[in-house]
Amino acid sequence: MSLKDVLLPFLAWGKVFKNPVTIKDPFNDRPGSARYRGFHKNDIEACIGCGACEEICQNAAIDMVPVKGIETKDGDSGLRPMVDYGRCCWCALCVDVCSTNSLNLSNEYTWVENDPDKFRYIPGVDKKDWDNNELGWKKPENYDLNEPFRIQMEELKPEKRDSSFIEFVKGYSKEQAEAEADRCIDCGLCTATCPAHMAIPEYIKAIRNDDLEEGLRIMYETNPLPEICGRICTHKCETVCAMGHKGDALSIRWLKRYIADQIPESKYKDILNQGNDISPKSKKIAIIGSGPAGLSAAYYLTNLGYKTKIFEALPEAGGMMRYGIPEYRLPYDQIDKDVKYILSLGVEIEYNIKIGKDISLEELGKEYDAVFAGTGLHLGRSTRIPGAEHENVYFATDLLREISLGNDIHVGNKIVVIGGGNVAMDITRSLVRLQNQKNIKVDVTATSLESEDIMPADREEIDESREEKAIIDPGWGPKEIEIKDGKIKGLRTIKCLSVFDDEGRFNPKFDEKDKKFFEADMVVESIGQGMDLTYISEDIKTMVKFSDRGRIIVNKDFQSSLDWFFVGGDIIEGPDVIHGIANGHKAAKGIDKFLNK
Amino acid sequence: MLKFEQDRSKFPEEKDGKLEIDLDSQKFIKIWQGPNHPGITGNMALELTVSGDEVVESKTHVGYLHRGFEKLMERRKFIQCFPICIRMCVPEPDINEYCLAASVEDLAGIEVPDMAKWLRTLVLEMARLVILLRGVPGQGGTMSLGMGVQWGVYVRDLMIDRFEELTGGRVYHMYIAPGGVRGLLPEGFKGRMEEVLKKIDEFVVDIDNLMFSNAVFKKRTKGIGVIKPEWIEQYSVVGPNARAAGINRDVRKDYPYLMYDKLDFESYVGKDSDIYTRSRVRWHDLQTSVDMIRQIMAKMPNKGDIRAKTPNVLHWKIPKGETYQRLESSRGEYGFYMVTDGSAYPRRINLRGPSYNSAVLLLEKMLVNANISDVSSMMVSLATCPPEIER
Ligand SMILES: Cc1cc2nc3c(=O)[nH]c(=O)nc-3n(C[C@H](O)[C@H](O)[C@H](O)COP(=O)(O)OP(=O)(O)OC[C@H]3O[C@@H](n4cnc5c(N)ncnc54)[C@H](O)[C@@H]3O)c2cc1C
Ligand code: SF4
Ligand code: SF4
Ligand code: SF4
Repeated sequence: MSLKDVLLPFLAWGKVFKNPVTIKDPFNDRPGSARYRGFHKNDIEACIGCGACEEICQNAAIDMVPVKGIETKDGDSGLRPMVDYGRCCWCALCVDVCSTNSLNLSNEYTWVENDPDKFRYIPGVDKKDWDNNELGWKKPENYDLNEPFRIQMEELKPEKRDSSFIEFVKGYSKEQAEAEADRCIDCGLCTATCPAHMAIPEYIKAIRNDDLEEGLRIMYETNPLPEICGRICTHKCETVCAMGHKGDALSIRWLKRYIADQIPESKYKDILNQGNDISPKSKKIAIIGSGPAGLSAAYYLTNLGYKTKIFEALPEAGGMMRYGIPEYRLPYDQIDKDVKYILSLGVEIEYNIKIGKDISLEELGKEYDAVFAGTGLHLGRSTRIPGAEHENVYFATDLLREISLGNDIHVGNKIVVIGGGNVAMDITRSLVRLQNQKNIKVDVTATSLESEDIMPADREEIDESREEKAIIDPGWGPKEIEIKDGKIKGLRTIKCLSVFDDEGRFNPKFDEKDKKFFEADMVVESIGQGMDLTYISEDIKTMVKFSDRGRIIVNKDFQSSLDWFFVGGDIIEGPDVIHGIANGHKAAKGIDKFLNK
Repeated sequence: MLKFEQDRSKFPEEKDGKLEIDLDSQKFIKIWQGPNHPGITGNMALELTVSGDEVVESKTHVGYLHRGFEKLMERRKFIQCFPICIRMCVPEPDINEYCLAASVEDLAGIEVPDMAKWLRTLVLEMARLVILLRGVPGQGGTMSLGMGVQWGVYVRDLMIDRFEELTGGRVYHMYIAPGGVRGLLPEGFKGRMEEVLKKIDEFVVDIDNLMFSNAVFKKRTKGIGVIKPEWIEQYSVVGPNARAAGINRDVRKDYPYLMYDKLDFESYVGKDSDIYTRSRVRWHDLQTSVDMIRQIMAKMPNKGDIRAKTPNVLHWKIPKGETYQRLESSRGEYGFYMVTDGSAYPRRINLRGPSYNSAVLLLEKMLVNANISDVSSMMVSLATCPPEIER
């Protein structure tokens, strides 16, 4: 110890002459930093009510609640997060996980209130001073708590696929499927939008748990055609998937396929525990058409214990799935797998029977306790332009059916397809394959009224067609098929300026002066299909109510105004496979209800 | 059992290895220091039995802030644990974030990007400063030298400002999350950090004058509260407490983690093992951290990934396994022992911190014969974080 030790501490007195720092601060307004984790704010329009924020909050500070003025719609649960500041610890995990980036924290941190209940509030709905604060915590850049982008599906290269009808989408491996399944946030927005309301997050979870049998059970609860839907479903679910806001939607369709692909049909009965304990009821049901609607109705009715019999006009089951959709997208053995299982449960089927011709609807009505019709849209629609009656002008669906039946079809050297939908792409790509197989230089052009941005075909269909060297030249209105010396010379078109009017009605506008001539020796029309309801006799027609537009009017059970006559599928809703499946399922329940009244 | 070196006549009899304290004899009284007492570290209590002004027995009582953090985490997904674990040491929360993240990453086989490692190292040293800036002058505070604490709290606040701009939080930073960290340095951060470091440099000198060159402080800390060398192994004494006794223990050197092997530093080692030396070791540690932060800011890249790809945190399952991940906290080795069972929840997380050994084993032993006026200084000199004992 020295004198220094007594004197040095007195240097502290030097601080007396410095400005005090702690005295003023409590009275100064001090904004939180740019990243401050203060009170919540939510862009209520951008939020989709997916509930990921609620799910991640370890304090259970978030409840998803309905909000006035926000409707439940496709891709939006209509719920919004309510935060309870009695629980929140401002960790901002909810912000980091938010699917839409709508949820943020402001840099505001003082809030005085007498009523404790006020601290439970709905950000963005209950207006707050900090709603427009730009500063505060946002999800950091390049920081994601779940993978925004999907596992890319492997496909055959264009040069490997353009001359063959073998399936070109390879399917996920176990690792790929599990990684893709891992991205799901279990929100269920997809389930709400799926026409069959499939329990998507549950079967995706089964993939994560590597419990594919459970996955199969979950799928069959609402969809007895998983191999088919796993390949060609229109996947409305994916258009609303919450992850789509962050990056890519989940590949829900490919995941469905993954489950079904891994399990042989021979194991289905055991896994689904079906076929043994189905108690047969005395009532019988006839089903017209073996498309998805008919098959689905047959499956669910059989499981309810009814004897069901399908009458099919064509030589094999599947409807448009077999006779429309090309094999390279949906191989026949996959259709067979799904159909075989349904038939193995005791569903009877008779092929080459056309109701209305071989057997009348009245007869069916008498012999059976109820009838379900899912007869689809099989009539081609013509543009009715001059020249359309030429023998080398075809309907797309007719050609596709012939290809499926294994018949040789006429393949031109220069082909023009009129139409911009998926069916047009299917026939375009099928014709490319046939030209390659016949050693004809590929020359298929598809043209549509719609410009490319509003073409109804899926983006990937357009891109893949081009990869296969088809020409897609949209935005032209067909005027005339030019014929010289009995031979087709080509298609005359004029520029289509717009397809719909201001009210959204189909009302195309053209520029007559802007012309284009597509040289061709074969023309295919693919502008939609119509229904053939001639099997409904005039007598029955008087008992069945039709809408102004010629559709049969049905109730929620898909029951027509003639009580034993149920209808579904393309002739009511859709047109796609999953609507058919959903209709068939609902009709099966409706028939059960009707027969047990 | 206890060995008394001085006149033991007024001390309780020992019977079957236990002290026989007869309060009715009027020779002893019990005094509770804490749980609410300005001289206590956090919510902890010492049940002192004194004879005159001399302590004859001390029992440490904890449990005043028990919230069952370890148990709570068993019911939380891995990502949900990080806002909880921080509460096991309020003044230095980041060490928990790191131990949790490192355990999860080790068991899941995830390698964190370098950028995140630099930022983690930075944040851990910042956290050390935050606790030491109050802790070092706090030693003076136990003998009413409050001024240093005021100064310390001021510079500490400046460091907390840096935390706020980097992490969005002042006390709980929730910045080191399993997989990485939650943000790059904001624009101009390094410049503002350097200003704070300069202030700390000044503070270091001020505190040297005010406290370490202070006759009263020296008198009350030198030769008092000695941890005997043989206790070091016996009671697993770690960190500054061990280093003050001449035993160089520093996880940053002994088992380098993050970017510590890329930094140039020496841990300060003392010899007298008394309150003064321990305090002095911490004062040196403070300067080491300042120097490290300067090195980190000079060496770290400006850009880079801050998060490794992990499975979706909402259902992140971690393979069955167990791990022990440790770091050098301001109080020495601090670690998480984590057991996983392949599910989305930890089966068990056990925190092993130095506070239990300090505040229970060492302190109870050390306080025997102590003068009651030295109890606070001795306790503070061991540096204890009570929630770490009763997690
Ligand atoms: C080229 C093309 C591609 C398509 N691609 C897809 C796709 O990728 N994804 C998708 O979801 N949907 C697609 N669709 C639509 C889908 O195929 C249909 O929406 C679906 O098959 C309709 O199902 P359905 O049960 O209503 O009728 P259909 O599948 O059309 O089945 C009706 C069945 O009834 C039979 N039938 C009709 N009348 C009688 C009668 N009087 N007596 C006995 N039997 C009769 C028919 O022979 C047919 O088998 C495509 C359609 C086409 C044409
Ligand atoms: S900040 Fe954290 S505690 Fe608060 S609501 Fe969000 S997730 Fe829950
Ligand atoms: S995570 Fe985002 S989008 Fe989803 S409900 Fe919460 S705030 Fe809305
Ligand atoms: S698939 Fe998409 S929409 Fe469906 S539950 Fe998962 S994240 Fe939600």
